[in-house]
Amino acid sequence: MSSELRTAEAGAAVRIEPRARPRTSLLAKIWTITAKDLRSEMRTKEALNASIAFSLVILVLFSFAFDPSSDQFQEFSGGLLWLVFSFAGALVLNRSFARETQNDCLDGLLAAPIPAAALFLGKAFANFALLIAVEVVSIPVFGLFYDVHWAGQFGELALVTLLGTWALTVIGTFFSALTVNLRMRELMLPTLVYPLMIPALMAAMKLTTDLLAGTPINAENVFGLKLLAGFDFIFTLLSLVMIDTVLVG
Amino acid sequence: MRSKILLALGAVCAGLLTWDFYRIFDMLPDEANQGAIYRIIYIHVPSAGTAFTFFTIAMLASVLYLATGKFKYDAVSAALIEVGLVFAGIVLVTGSIWARIIWGVWWAWEARLTTMLICWLTYAGYLMLRRAVEEPTQRARLSAVLSIFGFAEVVIVYKANVWWRTLHPGPVLTIRNGGGMAPGMENEIYWNMLAFVCLAVVMVMVRMRQEEIAREIDSLRRMAHSY
Repeated sequence: MSSELRTAEAGAAVRIEPRARPRTSLLAKIWTITAKDLRSEMRTKEALNASIAFSLVILVLFSFAFDPSSDQFQEFSGGLLWLVFSFAGALVLNRSFARETQNDCLDGLLAAPIPAAALFLGKAFANFALLIAVEVVSIPVFGLFYDVHWAGQFGELALVTLLGTWALTVIGTFFSALTVNLRMRELMLPTLVYPLMIPALMAAMKLTTDLLAGTPINAENVFGLKLLAGFDFIFTLLSLVMIDTVLVG
Repeated sequence: MRSKILLALGAVCAGLLTWDFYRIFDMLPDEANQGAIYRIIYIHVPSAGTAFTFFTIAMLASVLYLATGKFKYDAVSAALIEVGLVFAGIVLVTGSIWARIIWGVWWAWEARLTTMLICWLTYAGYLMLRRAVEEPTQRARLSAVLSIFGFAEVVIVYKANVWWRTLHPGPVLTIRNGGGMAPGMENEIYWNMLAFVCLAVVMVMVRMRQEEIAREIDSLRRMAHSY
């Protein structure tokens, strides 16, 4: 009898009133992750510096691979630019989830009261911002080195760049999560990611080459834009649906 | 029971293949424009059909694995993709040989060839991923996800002919509204398709049995270590 009482008292004593947790919207959760990633990147600038330096190195290397002053150069300028973006982007994307493995940060993030999709989107937005930053530096340098007039069709070029960069980001971030616990992470990520990116890269390269040559988006090449938009839509949706399976199981 | 089915299917497949190859090389005449080389279509098209069918079923098996968590679906998916990849390889090689004779080059960077190659690389990545993950549940889960992503790629491959202008010959089979092939020649494609699917199913069954045995050995080894 007395022991029952004691238990009841103890139960009453330890009962904790649930504190009202601030209800945050999904957007706020996504932004928290994005801001955290950008803040930690801005404090060290590890991936950003490496990525920008690497893109400049590739831009210089291109000048040895072909004659930059030839007329043919116009025909593959867009392709070169997207090769720079995708190679330099891999450095940023590779670290996206890998940086969370230290001190079991990933477990902490997964235990936090946010859905895995919000975690994925938050990280994707941060990666997107970093990739755009790399591109903002490398496009003018590219124009300067190779005498390419990139500002002529600025609006359309910006649209293609944004769509193409989101394609790289969404695939890259998803596979960064998928490969995060693998032994050969650095090898597996490019092997899996580049083949999947090719349809988007193909379209972005074709459109960028046209735009840099002064041809606006017309009936003939608009299919590339549709392909890019469709690719972004399909793979963003697939990633959001599957990210829970990949991260949590 | 299962090994009897396997043997019976193997025998049917051997008979069908012998009969088909006899017809293809001995009874059917050369094609009017292309000559003898057109016969490659009897290998090329059935291989492509087998590969794409298998990649599709593998995607469905992957969805089933994620939905139910039963390892047999993972084994089905892995076996189908492995065998599908072999047939996709045959498509690329036979296509190349045909292109050398008809187009004059081994390879053209044309939409369907390129996307078929991308598809091949994606599924080769699938097999590499399976080797990179040791823990069976994680391996099954991650490779199921990749198989679904890879399938989105297969859809793009299939639609590439419409999206990009292409050198690749248009559809010649009447079931795809192509037409243009003599009925006797066309029927032989379907017979060979049947033979190839039969062969591929035999290969998948053998591969699945290997996968199951491998898992059994693995679990026995774990049990032995735990004592």
